Amino acid sequence: MDQVSYAVGGRQILDRFDLFLEPGVNRTILGMSGAGKTTILRLILGLLRPEGGTISIDGVPIGGLSERELIQVRKNIAIVFQGGALFDSMTVGENVGYRLFEEGRLSEKEIERIVLEKLSFVGLEQTIDLYPAELSGGMKKRVAIARALAADPDYIFFDEPTTGLDPIGVFNIQHLMLRLQGEGKTTLMVTHDLETAFAVSRRFSFLYHARLAFEGTEEEMKRCELPEIREFLAPTDRSLFRYTTNNHTETTTT
Amino acid sequence: MNPERTVKWFLREFQAFFVLSARALVRVFRRPHYYREFVTQLDKMGVGSLFIVCLTGLFTGMVMALQALIQLKPFAATSYVGGMVAVTMVKELGPVLSSLMVAGRVGSSITAELGTMVVTEQVDAMRVEGTDVITRLVTSRLKAMLVAMPLLAVITDALALLGGYVIAAGYDINILMYWESLPQFMVFQDLIEGVAKPFVFGFIIAMVGCYAGLTTSGGAEGVGAAAKRAVVVSSIMVLVCDFFMTKIFIVFR
Repeated sequence: MDQVSYAVGGRQILDRFDLFLEPGVNRTILGMSGAGKTTILRLILGLLRPEGGTISIDGVPIGGLSERELIQVRKNIAIVFQGGALFDSMTVGENVGYRLFEEGRLSEKEIERIVLEKLSFVGLEQTIDLYPAELSGGMKKRVAIARALAADPDYIFFDEPTTGLDPIGVFNIQHLMLRLQGEGKTTLMVTHDLETAFAVSRRFSFLYHARLAFEGTEEEMKRCELPEIREFLAPTDRSLFRYTTNNHTETTTT
Repeated sequence: MNPERTVKWFLREFQAFFVLSARALVRVFRRPHYYREFVTQLDKMGVGSLFIVCLTGLFTGMVMALQALIQLKPFAATSYVGGMVAVTMVKELGPVLSSLMVAGRVGSSITAELGTMVVTEQVDAMRVEGTDVITRLVTSRLKAMLVAMPLLAVITDALALLGGYVIAAGYDINILMYWESLPQFMVFQDLIEGVAKPFVFGFIIAMVGCYAGLTTSGGAEGVGAAAKRAVVVSSIMVLVCDFFMTKIFIVFR
C-alpha cells in the first residue's frame, strides 16, 4: 500500500497510509477499536476502493481492476474474517472446500481429501458434516482458518482472530498461526490483542488517527516513546499501569 | 428534508438498482449456472408459496363468483359467472394477488437472507473465495422467480375458477354452462397477458429483494428495515407496473 487514503461519510479512515508485506513474514497491524484496521484488509482484497494512493499485489496495481480481474488476483489470498463468515447454508466440509468447488479444477474425491487434510490441521475433522450453527465461536474460527488454507494461498489475512474467545481458544488460534508461519505463509493480522500480536508476529504497524504512527519490531515498539504507543501498550506494562493508576488516583484526590 | 438531496439519493438508488438488474440479466445466459442453487431457490419460492397462493386463488374466486352472481341475477345472466370470474382473475387479480402474496413471503425472505449474509461478511467471504456474487446469489434467485411466478399465477387462476364453480354450483349453474361461458369473455391474448404480467412481477420481486438485501447495513436492525422496505417497494412497483402493462395490452389488443 502506497500513500493510500480512504474516507467514509466525511470521516477520514486512512490518510496516506503505507504498508509493505515482506514474503514469509508475519505482520500485525495494531490500533484501537474502530481505528480502521479492518478497512486496510478490505482495501487490499479489493472489497473497497481507495480514494487515493496505490495498492499492489505481487507488483500488480489493483486500483483499476474489474471484479472479474480481482477474482484472479484474490486466488493467492485468503482471509479469516472476525466472525468466521462461514456460509450458514453449507456444511463445514462444503465451507472448507468452497473455493476448490468454485474453481472446478479438482475431482470431488480430491477436494474431499484436501478438506479432510485442512480440517485435521485445525483439529476439527469430526465436524465435517456439521453446520456452522452447531459450532462454538472458537471452532468457527478454526474452520475459517481451514477454509483459508484449502486453496494453499501465499497470503493469509486475519481479522481480529482471537476476539471473543476463551484463553484455550486464543491459545489454539495462536498455535495455528505459528504453524502457518512454519510453512512459510505470509500473514497479515489486524488486532488490538497485544498478547496474540506479540506471540505470533515479528513486524508491527501501528495505526493512529488514520495514519501510520509506528512501524518496527516488538522491541522497537516497546522502546518507542510516542505517547500514543505508550498509551496503547500501557495495559501490558504493569509498572506503567501502576503508574497510570497512581497518577489517576492522585489526580482524583487532588 | 432537502429536496435536492432526496432527488439525488433517489436517482443514485435507481441507477444502482438498474445496474444490478442489468448485470443479473446478462448472467442468466452465462456460465456458471449454479443448478443446485437454482433448484433450491425454485423449491423455496415456488413449492413453498403453493399453499398461500392456492388459498388466495380459491377464496378470491369464490368471492368474485358471489359478487358476480348477485349482480347478474336480476338480469337472468348468472350463466355468465364463469366467464366473469375467469377474465378478472386471469388478466388482473390472479397475477396481482399472487405477486403481492409472493412479494410478502419470498421478497422479504430474499432480503433477509442476503442482508444477513452481508452483515455477517459472508458475501465478502464469497467474493474473496472467487465467486461472482451476482451470478451465484442474484441470478440464481432471479431465474427461479422467473420460472416460479408465472406458474404460481396460473395455479392461482385455476383455483379461482374452481372456487368460482363451487359457489356457482350452489346457484344451480351446471359445470357445462360455467365452462362454456369462459370463451365468451376471453381471447387468447388474455392468456398471454395472464402469464406475461407475473413474469414481469417476478422480476420486480426478485430484483427488489436482492437489491435491498445486498445494500443492507447496520446489523439485525438493518436487516429488518431492509426486508420491510423490499416488501413495500416491490408491492408498490407491482401495482404501478400492472397499470402500465394493462395500458400496453389494451393498445395492442
